[in-house]
Amino acid sequence: MKEKSVVLNVNGRPHEIVLAPNVTLLQALRELGYTDVKNGCEKGDCGACAVFLDGTLVNSCLVLAWQADGARILTDSGLGTLEHPHPIQEAFADTGAVQCGFCTPGMILATKALLDRNPDPTEAEIREALSGNLCRCTGYGQIVAAVRLSAERLRKSDRTRGPRGLDQPSEEGKNG
Amino acid sequence: MNRVTPKPLPEGELPPLRQVGRPLRRVDALGKAIGATAYAADFTMPNMLHAKVLRSPIPSARIRRLDVSKARALPGVACVLTGADLPDAKLATDMPGQTGRSQRAGSDAPVLATDVVRFHGEPLALVAAESVTLAERALAKIELELDPLPGVFDPHEAMKPDAPHVYGEDNVIARWQIRKGDLEKGMAEADLVVENTFRMPFVEHAYLEPEAGVAWVDEQDVINIRVCTQVVEHFRSVAKALGIPQNRVRIRGTMVGGGFGSKEDVTVEIFLALLARETGRPVKLVYTREESFLASAKRHPFTITHRTGVKKNGRITAAHITMVADAGAYPYLTPYVLLYATGMAAGPYKVDHLHVDSVAAATHQPFTSAFRGFGGPQAALGYEQQMDEIAGALGMDPLMLRRANYLRTGDTTGTGQEIRSAVWLEECLTRAIAALGERTPDSPTRRIGRGCASTFQSYGRITWFHDTSRAWVGVEQDGTVVIRCGVPDIGAGQSNSLCQIAAEILGVPLERVTIYATDSAVTPLAGTSTATRQLYMSGNAVSSAASTIRTCLARRAAEEMGVREDEVDLANSRAFVTNDPSQFIELANLVKKCAAEGLPLSHLAQFNAPFTEGIDPETGQGDIWPDFTFGAQAVEIAVDLGTGQIELLKSAACHDVGRAINPAAVRGQIAGGSHQGLGYALMEDYVVKEGITETPSLGEYLIPTSSDFPATEVIVLESGTGIGPFGAKGIGEPALTPAAPAVANAVADALGVRIRELPLTPERVLRALDRTRSVAPRVRRGMYGEKAPD
Repeated sequence: MKEKSVVLNVNGRPHEIVLAPNVTLLQALRELGYTDVKNGCEKGDCGACAVFLDGTLVNSCLVLAWQADGARILTDSGLGTLEHPHPIQEAFADTGAVQCGFCTPGMILATKALLDRNPDPTEAEIREALSGNLCRCTGYGQIVAAVRLSAERLRKSDRTRGPRGLDQPSEEGKNG
Repeated sequence: MNRVTPKPLPEGELPPLRQVGRPLRRVDALGKAIGATAYAADFTMPNMLHAKVLRSPIPSARIRRLDVSKARALPGVACVLTGADLPDAKLATDMPGQTGRSQRAGSDAPVLATDVVRFHGEPLALVAAESVTLAERALAKIELELDPLPGVFDPHEAMKPDAPHVYGEDNVIARWQIRKGDLEKGMAEADLVVENTFRMPFVEHAYLEPEAGVAWVDEQDVINIRVCTQVVEHFRSVAKALGIPQNRVRIRGTMVGGGFGSKEDVTVEIFLALLARETGRPVKLVYTREESFLASAKRHPFTITHRTGVKKNGRITAAHITMVADAGAYPYLTPYVLLYATGMAAGPYKVDHLHVDSVAAATHQPFTSAFRGFGGPQAALGYEQQMDEIAGALGMDPLMLRRANYLRTGDTTGTGQEIRSAVWLEECLTRAIAALGERTPDSPTRRIGRGCASTFQSYGRITWFHDTSRAWVGVEQDGTVVIRCGVPDIGAGQSNSLCQIAAEILGVPLERVTIYATDSAVTPLAGTSTATRQLYMSGNAVSSAASTIRTCLARRAAEEMGVREDEVDLANSRAFVTNDPSQFIELANLVKKCAAEGLPLSHLAQFNAPFTEGIDPETGQGDIWPDFTFGAQAVEIAVDLGTGQIELLKSAACHDVGRAINPAAVRGQIAGGSHQGLGYALMEDYVVKEGITETPSLGEYLIPTSSDFPATEVIVLESGTGIGPFGAKGIGEPALTPAAPAVANAVADALGVRIRELPLTPERVLRALDRTRSVAPRVRRGMYGEKAPD
């Protein structure tokens, strides 16, 4: 099938690229250099490739890049930097929730999706919200602690915008 | 012989520590959290090709035809290689790493199959093309015709005289035996002999990061391989397979997205090296999840039989243990996994009269190799289930039975190895049980069970491997610290621990330490990130290097401040007089003075493990490991009597880690290891039917999610008696070992009968419940000092 040109707005930067129809959003993002979007299974089992697509958390391996034409995409690296990490990123680092780190970007975005719609989740709600993101290292306990710490820190601060102005509440949050 | 005498550091008498022992933010954590850490699949090179591997769709066949001409002719295909192109390319699959002493297990495997295929997924051909899509298209153009051959899919069958040959003359990959004491005499002394057989399945490592790498040939004709590996020393394996000098291969290891033993074997690096050399261009190879499952080792299925003689008071008089392991199609590390299982077969118990007979046989199944615990978890599933069975037969509290038989410091293991560090088994077990709190009552639809296990697991490699590690530590002129160490960081905090140790000894904040790791060419070789050895080995190397520099700094500072050297301490980037911190010199100034006077500000240290010469092959007696970590786990489960579903209600694990260099990292190891063990017990089953993998992805092979189990409560004890830095022991592998037998014992407690095969699926529970209707269940008894439930 013919290729076509699509525009992907990733972390505030527009990219125009020519893609075949069977290219997934995961492949396109990694091709563009957003390697923080991890490829763990390519069929929605692990959640390592999670991104926000127009404010909704998706597994980017299950979305075709053409479907994201013109959409706003937010990846983990769009949330913060070493100098100015997002509170969720910092909480993950502080609680020992990061071991091998391969699941971490997806976990952090799943956490953001949860906290955007529910700023004070219970442990059961946290575990439910992260159940699509596999981790093989931690046993999830320290990740749950990281989500709690994130929630606490976010509630205490009135900071709703990340360092690059990308960290707006997701659509899920607005609707929820 | 280099005997290690650990110095006990009882609580309250510890040297004052400022960095070590604190749950500091790991140095690698934030980079990973913001998505900046580059993993092996994240690298690209100019002019790079993409590789794919053709794999056998069936487990046992003769290759009739493998025609790659159409694939080679496809535009955009740079290279296609088959076994015919590299007839002598074999991969030595045992003894990875830097080991000085050679004791080969004869486990070479062809890089690409030439004549026959021995397992579903065996590599047959390599393609390098301009894109992944083109490489896939080329794979489809390869014409492969296989004549199926009879297969053997069970190690017991494989050892029968008429079994199809997989490998070697009789399919036997390895045998070990222990002959200690007088078995017959010991059995004659027993009041009761208890015999049971336990089985364990294949298990997949299922790290989140599939194997990946990029290779290129540089201007010095050195093959550079950027790869996620636990063993940078595989540059030697690659050089040997290619028939080129070892200094012409460089492994640049990346942060590893989980290893758990499977990235201890050579994975993509040999294919990448071949293709980069053949094409003269950079080549990238990234496995899909399905390929990762097919291409990588599994944990060995074991069948373990215990025949144990006991006195009425619970003392074990004798034990005869047999083990049969499935080696799969190629040996890989099977001989050593089997050795671990053999050496730990009797558990942390004193057994004067012990026979162990173990054997591993080749089959047309997935090959099996290292997996966190390395045979220790299977051994523990044997001895800890047997302990509960014995307790049941004697009508004795399982805790009392264990207490009556525990090894103590100074006792010897089954192989006659003296234990020199603290043995806090009882402490660990009672703490884990106590952490469960009040017992949940049964209900009409749910039966509650409790179980525990106390286990031991070695840390450090087999001592006749003559293991070594090196680290370089230096202080820059601004007082910042650099470590160069070839340690692969597989996510457990390997690099962070080294940084924390250097920060402690040199008196600088952790953020003032930078580590360069995992490059076989420019970082001093530190050995494998396997066998729970990096903190022990490289931690000691860093400690030694940093201490040498500290001595130099302290001496110069003493001179500057007019005090004795032993009156100087280093902290907060200052050297100061211990009793009068107002007298100090900034580290940066001190370093400048040293540099101006030509005093050494860097040091390369090597740490050698104790070296031994092996065990007696007839008796199995001798030292195998440097030391052991002791720990325990206790769980409470509920069995749904209608569905057979098991719910884990509570879990607690307690280990003596010697010294927690970073308590948060230690807790992470224990919690994560526990979870893997819980998955092993309750869900994970890598199903192989007639050699064909039936659970080819994370959609079929289920690992625990955040919703499956509650967190394991972690209790960390510190005896200070380990032989690692600051009295540390290793915890990576020991963390996993007690979880599965604790669950198995809890389920047996709930049902009144034992399910002798993992995983404990609802189907097996329901069958066991059926059995309890026809056979009177074992009398339920008081558990672990508790009152018997009504």
